Amino acid sequence: MIERASSEQAWKDASKAGKRRAGTGSGAVDRTISDVPLQTLYGPADLANLDVERDLGYPGFYPYTRGLHPNGYRDRLWTMRQFAGFGTARQTNERYKFLLAQGQTGLSVAFDMPTLMGYDSYAPQARGEVGRCGVAIDSLADMEALFSGIDMGAVTTSMTINGPAAIALAQYVAAAEKQGVSRRVLGGTVQADILKEYIAQKEWIFPPRPHMRLIVDMIAFCTDEMPRWNTISISGYHIREAGSTAAQELAFTLADGFAYVEACVARGMAVDSFAPRLSFFFNSHIDFFEEIAKFRAARRIYARHMRDRYGAKDPRSWQLRFHTQTAGCSATAQQPENNIVRVAYEAMAAVLGGTQSLHTNSMDEVHALPTEKSAEIALRTQQVLAYETNVANVVDPLGGSYFVEALTDEMEREAEAYFAQIAEYGGVIEAIEAGFFQREIADASYRYQRSIETKDRVVVGVNAFERNEEAGDIELLRITAETEAEQAQGVRRVREGRDAAPARAALERLQRACRDPKDNVMPHLIACVNAYCTEGEIVEAMVEVYGRYVERSVF
Amino acid sequence: MIEAKRSTAPLRIVVAKAGLDGHDRGAKVIARALRDAGMEVIYTGLFQSPEQIVQTALQEDADGIGLSILSGAHMTLFPLVLEQLKAQDAQDVVFFGGGTIPPDDAKALERMGVRAIFTPGTPLQEIVEFVRRECGRRELVN
Repeated sequence: MIERASSEQAWKDASKAGKRRAGTGSGAVDRTISDVPLQTLYGPADLANLDVERDLGYPGFYPYTRGLHPNGYRDRLWTMRQFAGFGTARQTNERYKFLLAQGQTGLSVAFDMPTLMGYDSYAPQARGEVGRCGVAIDSLADMEALFSGIDMGAVTTSMTINGPAAIALAQYVAAAEKQGVSRRVLGGTVQADILKEYIAQKEWIFPPRPHMRLIVDMIAFCTDEMPRWNTISISGYHIREAGSTAAQELAFTLADGFAYVEACVARGMAVDSFAPRLSFFFNSHIDFFEEIAKFRAARRIYARHMRDRYGAKDPRSWQLRFHTQTAGCSATAQQPENNIVRVAYEAMAAVLGGTQSLHTNSMDEVHALPTEKSAEIALRTQQVLAYETNVANVVDPLGGSYFVEALTDEMEREAEAYFAQIAEYGGVIEAIEAGFFQREIADASYRYQRSIETKDRVVVGVNAFERNEEAGDIELLRITAETEAEQAQGVRRVREGRDAAPARAALERLQRACRDPKDNVMPHLIACVNAYCTEGEIVEAMVEVYGRYVERSVF
Repeated sequence: MIEAKRSTAPLRIVVAKAGLDGHDRGAKVIARALRDAGMEVIYTGLFQSPEQIVQTALQEDADGIGLSILSGAHMTLFPLVLEQLKAQDAQDVVFFGGGTIPPDDAKALERMGVRAIFTPGTPLQEIVEFVRRECGRRELVN
């Protein structure tokens, strides 16, 4: 037997002779979880069009494919930022103190549904929802309790809230100023990405156009008065959770980002005055390399558009900074401990993709909000990744990989194709109104579900390797009905205890500002909050001016 | 004659989202799967009250209601729909659901009269077969 010399042809022959595996999960070996076709092997020919200087550059330099920092994570690890919130402000405040004591480096507030939708805890729409999937914040009093004993000047806080984002920001500013902390030193972000609400997450209040005005008001206000604040977190996370592909997540999110840039420019703001404070938020799903390619492509696409299309001159305006969360939709109710393993892989993809901050999901989130124990395991997963695996020691370790570079190119190509389609609709808002994104996502999510049904794809414990188990053998966090009563009572107390006249006057001034496109609503919102107007009252006042959005549902 | 015609007509199913919960991926996937299985599906859209959901089912002459809740409000909203069904004398409508619902809660809801709770990871086929069987049985009773 003579060994044949290694050559492309010899490999092709040998590859052809191989017997492909059949059975469990073999139906999808030739495509990613997003249906991107995969070759068996990648090589130099796949990078024939790659220009290293032009397409990769160096870490810390345009187009940032290899990362934003010259030394990667050597100078500074990513921020470990666990999303948390449940029950009352007092309960969540205790969890925050616990997480900070365990070495967490930033806070991230999860609000409950009534807060996210602009209803006070005693509203009929809020029944059964108070404190369930996040913390209930009705007024400044709750925001003060949430940060009681936590120095708001020292910690950075991310607040995941969109419809009432400007109100939450006003509450945060007011609470900090009560602590004696100036708004100028506050660090953190409020999500405030309303476009993806219409596209995927569905937590809107007003119609798109007035909502866009509020966001531009907020960005303008922060640009002038809160220099350390990230004004908006443009989010693909929820688009992915709603069932999109990786390329859709990438494309729709960046398209939203560009829509905000255009709206601010249309207001007369110089692109370099606000762009350095824009930030992004992505999902890290279970298809390891596809996710890494997505993150790398995101930085490159953004840098190119910001420099060449929007004429940004400040390199900070070209840099796409992002937070990542592992994919809730990849977690399974069956054998929930397996989710710890999924989260670890997803977290590693995010780090190899160069994320600035990371949330790792807890294993029990398919059933309920995480217990303290499962939240701790999730944080420890990041610490093992950061300190034991050594993956953070070398910048962009997969740069130059034939496969990862080819997949990064593919992500960019697909995103550009989507940008062209969105442009044909006339822009993001028009595409939302036409149901374009919603349909694309529903189609993708149904395709994915079918592939599980046919067992082309395997989800361990769900359609293969099942175990007959009596579910419910893990401990779960319980939110009691008393929470709702306690919170509703608290907000009533606030309303009864305040001076009614200044509160009413502040709301009236707010309404006037809402009607006047030349005014900025932010100072008026802060005034309302300081007068202890509740979130529900503020939202109602604004709904009187703007109306409420009603979706035309497609499935 | 009328009876025969009715039993060959496609099943009519209301897929509903209640409360303030915007997570509609599961509801939409189920709606499509039931439609692909030949049923007529009415999707309520988001943010419906229990009263609205039962009204929709009555107006649409639905055989079943599938309610999806991922916000944690299931122990409030499922019982409210049951109450409405009772109030409207419509307990023959097959009421089932799914979402982020812990196993103990699912059992409790089933004891109250929700016919089945499907949690994440349930094969679509299982849900389709359940609807066909249970709602089909309702047709026979009628």
